[in-house]
Amino acid sequence: MSALSLSHVRAAYDARMVLDDASAQFLRGKVTGIVGPNGAGKTTLLRVALGLLPHESGDVQVLERSLKDCSREWLARSIAYLPQESAVQWPMLVNRIVALGRLPYGPRDGGAAAIADAMARCDVSQFESRRLNELSAGERARVLLARALATQAPILLVDEPAAHLDPAHQLQLMELLRAEAARGVAVAITLHDLSLASRFCDEIVVLRNGHVAGQGAPEEVLSDAALAQVFGIAAKRLDGNIVPWSRV
Amino acid sequence: MDSKIFRFEKEPPSPPLRGRGQGEGASPPARDFPPHPSRADAVASAPLKGEREVRYLFERHALTIALAILALALATISFVIGPAQIGISDLFGGLFGDHGTATIIAREIRLPRALLALVVGGALGASGAALQGLFRNPLADPGVTGVTSSAGFGAVIAMYFGFAAINPLILPASAIAGAVATSTILYFLSRAGAERTALILAGAAIASLATAMTALAMSLAPNPYAMSEMIRWMMGSLKDSTLADFELAVVPVVVGVAILWSAARSLDALTLGEEAAQSLGVNVHGVRRRVVIGVALATGAATAAAGAVSFVGLVVPHLLRPFYAYEPARLIIPSALGGAALVTAADIAVRVIAPDGQLLVGVMTAMIGAPFFVWLILRMRREAI
Repeated sequence: MSALSLSHVRAAYDARMVLDDASAQFLRGKVTGIVGPNGAGKTTLLRVALGLLPHESGDVQVLERSLKDCSREWLARSIAYLPQESAVQWPMLVNRIVALGRLPYGPRDGGAAAIADAMARCDVSQFESRRLNELSAGERARVLLARALATQAPILLVDEPAAHLDPAHQLQLMELLRAEAARGVAVAITLHDLSLASRFCDEIVVLRNGHVAGQGAPEEVLSDAALAQVFGIAAKRLDGNIVPWSRV
Repeated sequence: MDSKIFRFEKEPPSPPLRGRGQGEGASPPARDFPPHPSRADAVASAPLKGEREVRYLFERHALTIALAILALALATISFVIGPAQIGISDLFGGLFGDHGTATIIAREIRLPRALLALVVGGALGASGAALQGLFRNPLADPGVTGVTSSAGFGAVIAMYFGFAAINPLILPASAIAGAVATSTILYFLSRAGAERTALILAGAAIASLATAMTALAMSLAPNPYAMSEMIRWMMGSLKDSTLADFELAVVPVVVGVAILWSAARSLDALTLGEEAAQSLGVNVHGVRRRVVIGVALATGAATAAAGAVSFVGLVVPHLLRPFYAYEPARLIIPSALGGAALVTAADIAVRVIAPDGQLLVGVMTAMIGAPFFVWLILRMRREAI
């Protein structure tokens, strides 16, 4: 069974429809990539799954419970979310930022082990007592991922993990997300980079104008025809991975 | 010199990147993520870490206690300073027993003024810290955002149109209503996604409007008044404070600061942004409501008693923040104590500089605060804090 599933979801900002009859499944142990052109509804899909944007119709199931029946605390322990614009306003200490991931467990949480574990996995233990603004962009991205991992939620949603990172850090972050999936977490990420999507994702959800144009393995869903139709591009393929090449 | 422009050093072969489906079945589970060499260093430096934690704990509370002691010490100095030449022993004797004139001066002039300075400063300091945390904006402060001016407007309406004569509680209530109105506007602006510059500009507009309306209300008020009264409301003053002023202010301020303190833990999560905070189970709307109500209660009651004292909530949290590891939650109570100390110090300063009582405490805080505000903007542009 899927850890997170959306079926026939409709959602709107004010009067503007942003998701229309969208259905998608996110499985435990898999990295699912959500791809689509700008404005296709990728981030909206994540926001609906988190309950940040209420859906008008359809159903969202989180660990086989309907989203509407879930308490705020239970949901916060079940889904960890890393938004794209992950700026931190105050230059707090790295270990304090990671510790915020334990907030869903209340003030009496003894989550020191979870915090240390998340920092070790993201390779930021050595920054423990540093302030966030002293770190590079790639290091900051890892600290913020560690914050999300410290929650130890069975579902992890990440909005554009690769944006604003250099290639080495992009690869490192994708590896970390794959490692999470290998631990049994259902990982869902939105991606613009189709190379990373085709290479690191087990499943791809293709969004187009708020509709799900397809879900499946990358080689099935990201066919030449689909790339031309959804993204308006032709791609070259390198070991089965996509390199966007020209506009069509 | 090496003729090559780039020289790649030979690195130890790194394990191959694992993409999708590449040896996932065969390789050990990623739970055994390769340990970074620095983990070994971390173990070696373990005693040092313990030492640091002790220091951390000490720093955590030492400064807060020191601020409390400082505020009380300044309040004591404030109590013994004044135009009437009375010995310290007579003053303290007068406070607890009947010493004639000394008792009247101690109980009805000096004590209310010293206590009210603590309450007003505490309210403004805590409000500033909470607003900065909520709006994630180091420029936010009840004065800059127009909350104090609106509270002053509310107080003036109650005072000069005779409502306060009906029931003394109407004065703070009206000031709190003014503060609620402005903080609600700020709440909706921030909810609508106003950027931090936009919020401050909107606050500046509200502040000017409230000040203008205060002037208008005083021009239209049925009973005559002195110009100096108007300036007193607009700038803030602790002169001629009574014990009744203090009694009316202290309850809403304490309740307001307690509400702000109850929202503090959520302010830490808000540093990650609203959506991330919500995903961590924080009721962001609830936090906003609590901060708006807490700030309105504290600032409104303080302004009803002392007029619109400005910039305290801006300066104090900013100075204290580095000592509290930039954590918004930990800043609320120290800012209250620091604000109490600052307003008391400013109130001592105005009496030392101008014993005739012509200098208002709000003039003093503005003279410190306004240059600080400009400096802060320049620093923000440079460091993007």
